[in-house]
Amino acid sequence: MSDVTADAVSSGPLLAADGTPLKRKLAQTTRKAKIRALMLTAPLVIFLLAGFVFPIGQMLWRSAYNPSFSEVLPNLAAVLKTWDGQGVPGEDIFEIAVADLKQSREDRSIGRAATRVNYDLPGSRSLFTSTARKVKDIDGPPYKEQLIEIDKDWDDPVLWSILKRVSDDYTAGFYLSALDRKYDTGGNIVAQEEVQQIYVKLFLRTFWMSALITFLCFILAFPVSYLLSVLPLRTSNLLMILVLLPFWTSLLVRTTAWIAMLQSEGVVNDILVSIGLVGDENRAQLIYNQTGTIIAMTHILLPFMILPLFSVMKTIPPSYMRAARSLGADSFTAFRRVYFPQTIPGIAAGTLLVFILSIGFYITPALVGGQDGQMISNLIAFHMQKSLNWSLAAALGGILLASVLLLYWLYNKLVGVDNLKFG
Amino acid sequence: MGTGSCTPCPETDTFDDPAFARFSIRYCRQENLVFAFKRRGAIMKLGLKTIIAAAVAASFGGAAMADGSLTAVSWGGAYTKSQVEAYHKPFTAKTGVNVVSEDYNGGIAEVKAQVEAGNVTWDIIDVELSDAVRGCDEGIFEPIDPAILPPAPDGTPATEDFLPGTISECGIATIVWSTIYAYDKSKLTSGPTSLADFFDLAKFPGKRGLRKTPKANLEMALIADGVAPGDVYEMLGTPEGIDRAFAKLDTIKNDVVWWEAGAQPPQLLADGEVVMTTAYNGRIFNAVAAEGKPFEIVWDGQVWDIDLWAIPKGAPNMENALEFLKFSTDTQRLADQAKWIAYGPARKSSAPLVGKYNDGKIDMGPQMPTSPDNLKTAIQNNFEFWADNQDQLNERFNAWLAN
Repeated sequence: MSDVTADAVSSGPLLAADGTPLKRKLAQTTRKAKIRALMLTAPLVIFLLAGFVFPIGQMLWRSAYNPSFSEVLPNLAAVLKTWDGQGVPGEDIFEIAVADLKQSREDRSIGRAATRVNYDLPGSRSLFTSTARKVKDIDGPPYKEQLIEIDKDWDDPVLWSILKRVSDDYTAGFYLSALDRKYDTGGNIVAQEEVQQIYVKLFLRTFWMSALITFLCFILAFPVSYLLSVLPLRTSNLLMILVLLPFWTSLLVRTTAWIAMLQSEGVVNDILVSIGLVGDENRAQLIYNQTGTIIAMTHILLPFMILPLFSVMKTIPPSYMRAARSLGADSFTAFRRVYFPQTIPGIAAGTLLVFILSIGFYITPALVGGQDGQMISNLIAFHMQKSLNWSLAAALGGILLASVLLLYWLYNKLVGVDNLKFG
Repeated sequence: MGTGSCTPCPETDTFDDPAFARFSIRYCRQENLVFAFKRRGAIMKLGLKTIIAAAVAASFGGAAMADGSLTAVSWGGAYTKSQVEAYHKPFTAKTGVNVVSEDYNGGIAEVKAQVEAGNVTWDIIDVELSDAVRGCDEGIFEPIDPAILPPAPDGTPATEDFLPGTISECGIATIVWSTIYAYDKSKLTSGPTSLADFFDLAKFPGKRGLRKTPKANLEMALIADGVAPGDVYEMLGTPEGIDRAFAKLDTIKNDVVWWEAGAQPPQLLADGEVVMTTAYNGRIFNAVAAEGKPFEIVWDGQVWDIDLWAIPKGAPNMENALEFLKFSTDTQRLADQAKWIAYGPARKSSAPLVGKYNDGKIDMGPQMPTSPDNLKTAIQNNFEFWADNQDQLNERFNAWLAN
């Protein structure tokens, strides 16, 4: 070691003005710069961690981890984990069950465990709440006999096999529910009954509607953006305001404006009736269904397509088209082979923006969607706000997140994310 | 010149050299401008300080004022108005406690979120029975000792004075309300008379309004399909019964407009969006009595339920909430509320005190869900059935809606 140092000193390394070796000095100054850069980005990093990574992690955690049962009935959950799961357990487990039920009654917490079991075994909620109310009368053995006397459902092997399953805090059950699957009594994964199937269908509908809305936005936005990019500045600025004004208006206002326009006594129907296109008796149903959702969402998301398209088109020199024409291309060929390929970065950015925004759209489908215009986000909100099955809401959100990431990866393969241009 | 104060700048003719004059004057004006900006900055700083000081004072003051206020949460519209008139105003007059009224659309999700986050802002909530029981089981609501409730004027203890089943562990009932259906007399002159008519699109073509939940809809569908009101819940307990109810709903599904807030159905009727709609009976009554709307209620197969006051665990003004609960559930207050909306009081002793609507004309007795004529084919909402089955039936209902 000392040899090396001595050697370095004797060979006379480059020194800075204050005598330190240049290499170390350089490291010092770059470290300072690095720290400064880190400090500058720190607010954003902290914000991202606190605002995105942590809540999304929490959500994914909640979708697979639900300790409601083992928190409320801890001893019962512990013994059930080691129980062999055959038939109805014996007196010892019933004794623990009675003790835990008594305790949960005192803590007023039985509802949480009952709700958890009810997800897997519909109709079992009152078994727990009513048993918990009556269980205080049991003050000695035989526990099994007395509990079954309170409610004969305690003698049901299916109940106990499900109790064993929910005593495990980690579960894939909510992901199964979110995919219209469930465990049967033997623990195998089977399809949910047909009348209860909804989520897969809604996921598909969400993707299908988002794709359609993205396509409609593209069709509508392309000519508008082209016009904006070729018109003289004064006119195009005026037109731009027409694009931006609705963009700056509140989402709720624009959605309710569509309700006023499209409802059966609304502007559009009144016009259709007055020019005699439809009779007064059978006015067109344009809102509170899928049509209404698609119309309103296309309008709301249109600026997100126009703006990137416009800013990309603005940078395409008009001389390219003239050159193509002068080299003998007809106007369609010139458009197809020269102009259009140059707009692809804008199209890519616009479609990605519109598609991802529409997948998670909530307010507009909720207000104008009726029955068949609902999207998966409306069901997530339903489980968050109404049914309080937050684990299922989290599982639905997790699947939505995963599928968006998958699509993004696919998109990257097909278009290339480096190819995106927002302006 | 111009340092620290805003001095008037000299005129051009006070200088000999015009170039120097222009420079001086410009410099002077600039200084004045800078001074003006600085002063505005000082004002803004002062403003900020005042705001912060005011905010701090308010937050401390707010804590100190806690014994002077109470947040009561209810369903909005005509119903909240009836509570404000019958409970809130007299309570404030008596105790000086300011009652702040907030609206919600039912369910325990919001209060559950508040309790779990440890940030409860609501003090007392008007809930349906099934939610009161569920919230109680989950430890969201405070248990209430019925012994604190005031007795009837003749001394009957509250536990005997309240209608059976209207005192629950965490909730004290105020009213009996009902889900009925109503139509517009001016549009349907020979109107429907039974629940079967509601489902009869051939006899009464047009859109129907239904609440976007399986609750009450399944019961009504079965009654319309010919099930006796007394057998409805037994029937719904079997898979065949549920299939039958959904099959009946299927017959009108394409003509249904779904509503969620209680204020919507009278609006849907008034706008002509629907020819008949299920609704809370009090809302329809108020549209008729207060706004002169030509609506008619069909009581056949009404599904009645009770609303209760519940106090969330950790309510910030617990003492006031309990005082308010005692005050608003006494015999007189419950009878007073019936002056403002057609919901039946939960106390037996209130019934004889129920008189006329606040306009002094309409007799309230026959407007109540509990009036004998209206009760003939009525059923009471079975909270235990819904507590057990609502998760599953909600899913099925959602799936049915989406198909």
